[in-house]
Amino acid sequence: MNRIEKVFQTMKKEGKKAFVPYVMAGDGGLTSLKEKLVFLQEAGATAIEIGIPFSDPVADGPVIQEAGIRALNTDVTLKEIVECMREIRPIIHIPLIFMTYMNPLLAYGLERFSRDIQTSGIDGLIIPDLPIEEEEIITSYLDEVKIELIRLVTLQSPIERIAEITKRGKGFVYAVTVNGITGTRAQFASQLSSHLEKIKSISPLPVLAGFGISTPEHVEEILQYCDGVIVGSKIIELMEAGNNEQIRTLINATKLPIA
Amino acid sequence: MTTTILPDEKGHFGTYGGRYVPETLMQAILELEKEYEKAKVDPAFQNELNDLLRDYVGRETPLYYAKNLTKYAGGGKIYLKREDLNHTGAHKINNSLGQALLTKRMGKSKVVAETGAGQHGVATATACALLNLECVIFMGEEDILRQQLNVFRMEILGAKVISVKSGSATLKDAVNEALRYWVSNVEDTHYILGSAMGPHPFPKIVRDFQSVIGQETKKQFIKKEAKLPEAIVACIGGGSNAIGMFYPFLEDREVKLYGVEAAGLGLHSEKHAASLAKGKPGILHGAYMYLLQNEDGQIQEAHSISAGLDYPGIGPEHCYLHDIERVKYDAITDDEALEALQVLSKTEGIIPALESAHAISYAIKLAKEMEPTEHIVVCLSGRGDKDMEAVRSKIGGVKA
Ligand SMILES: Cc1ncc(COP(=O)(O)O)c(C=O)c1O
Repeated sequence: MNRIEKVFQTMKKEGKKAFVPYVMAGDGGLTSLKEKLVFLQEAGATAIEIGIPFSDPVADGPVIQEAGIRALNTDVTLKEIVECMREIRPIIHIPLIFMTYMNPLLAYGLERFSRDIQTSGIDGLIIPDLPIEEEEIITSYLDEVKIELIRLVTLQSPIERIAEITKRGKGFVYAVTVNGITGTRAQFASQLSSHLEKIKSISPLPVLAGFGISTPEHVEEILQYCDGVIVGSKIIELMEAGNNEQIRTLINATKLPIA
Repeated sequence: MTTTILPDEKGHFGTYGGRYVPETLMQAILELEKEYEKAKVDPAFQNELNDLLRDYVGRETPLYYAKNLTKYAGGGKIYLKREDLNHTGAHKINNSLGQALLTKRMGKSKVVAETGAGQHGVATATACALLNLECVIFMGEEDILRQQLNVFRMEILGAKVISVKSGSATLKDAVNEALRYWVSNVEDTHYILGSAMGPHPFPKIVRDFQSVIGQETKKQFIKKEAKLPEAIVACIGGGSNAIGMFYPFLEDREVKLYGVEAAGLGLHSEKHAASLAKGKPGILHGAYMYLLQNEDGQIQEAHSISAGLDYPGIGPEHCYLHDIERVKYDAITDDEALEALQVLSKTEGIIPALESAHAISYAIKLAKEMEPTEHIVVCLSGRGDKDMEAVRSKIGGVKA
């Protein structure tokens, strides 16, 4: 069984909620990636999303765009990132998920990429510019090595589409909480709770919400309607500021009893 | 083999094209496709568009025999399809009006668009003024500097122009920002993409709205010469004027088609925008297409003296036509385009856009290899007023 599937089975049994932080590989140099993953694991992350920098990240807001530019300015390559994961994996026991756009993967070669990340210990893949209409381009390679493709549903996806998307795969579904790109937000649309409840009622997979989640209050509120949260831009901001305490506070917000 | 039935129902031209977009946009794209297919066969929609094209844009545009340019080149006869005489000065209005009408049809009240040279921005701002739509245009900071006049035209027309500073601050980055804006405002906003690129159904929609160029050309040419032309030449940024010109001729195998990319400072340099000549297939802005990119799949900056050709990709249908060798693609440098701009101005009294000057330059070379009984049609995609500052800074001019 894939690590992602296993972790969510355990969480469900124990009635726990997931917290998945995002880091950009190569931001601050590849050497800092190990430190960051170790810290996040120790702070209680359920799994970690690792961004691969891309020159044209259309689904990302300014914070992740800039982290990507900082990473690319170090001339880091996807090959180096995959190799680096191979070295780090032995000391990380939680699931690791790559998040990247299609083009760097195509340049690497989809089949070779799938095999290499499997041997590096990656468990899942999120590709924001790959809707289900196009996913056949990579799914057979991923299936072969049991890497989970994590699919996204959004506020725009109608019920039938949510059903179609969530019946695929065994990992979790990524419920995008805003009409928009990544980046911190002050608040969410009022229909978010009912939307998450709707997804939750349809989806056989665990539902993790992400995009814009920035405060412990957001975490607590959103967790009433789903199985976990994904936090990207805020984690990057806090890491940039060296504010590990606030990262712990965010992660601990998942552990508070749900009202 | 028939080449005119593409794309397939998933938006693929062979392996190219497709819909590589964030899930948030899928609904909008599926809805657009549905509405477009309905509009296409709706006589009321077609009549409204055709009336506007005739009375507002000034179609049909003339097919002009350029006697002096022909004499200058010495060889085949050169005809110019005068898209520069369209309202707003380029072919871009054909697509902007069509898509603005679609926006209304979908019940949306706002429009976002990207622009490079500013021609698509001006055309879209114009269509939005006419049809009472709110309009936001993203434009690279670099292009804003090159195309001051067009920026001001858009503002006068009531559009909001937003400067894009990310990346190379040109067309590619303007598309990124327009896509991000669309994702965030998808409920009431339509994205009027300006070239035959992006996710399906855009390459098809833009091609269809631009095909009026080739349809008119065919009719006009047959009337004048009682045959089809031997060759057709068009410049290529994303590929909309070229595909609009080529599409009605794709099945006429005897007509040779030539697409001209921007060679910038030369194909041996790093500074060009020749995606087919120097790129390899990949995914950007929702489509699988030839792209200028490094080994690691990072998109590289394009370069061209003409802002409208300064794009590191090329529409998926062109990629397909390239691979099956139906169209021959070549490239013209900044210097050659600058020279052609001056030649056409002095011989014919027509100042072409720098983009179109690439096609003129290529046609002059091609004409030299052709017999006087043979004919070339060049798509003169736009007029050069917008480029006068840029050209003056290159070649100088009398100062007070
Ligand atoms: C006059 C003119 N011609 C050509 C182009 C290139 O675009 P496309 O390849 O879509 O025709 C532009 C783009 O701005 C333009 O303004």
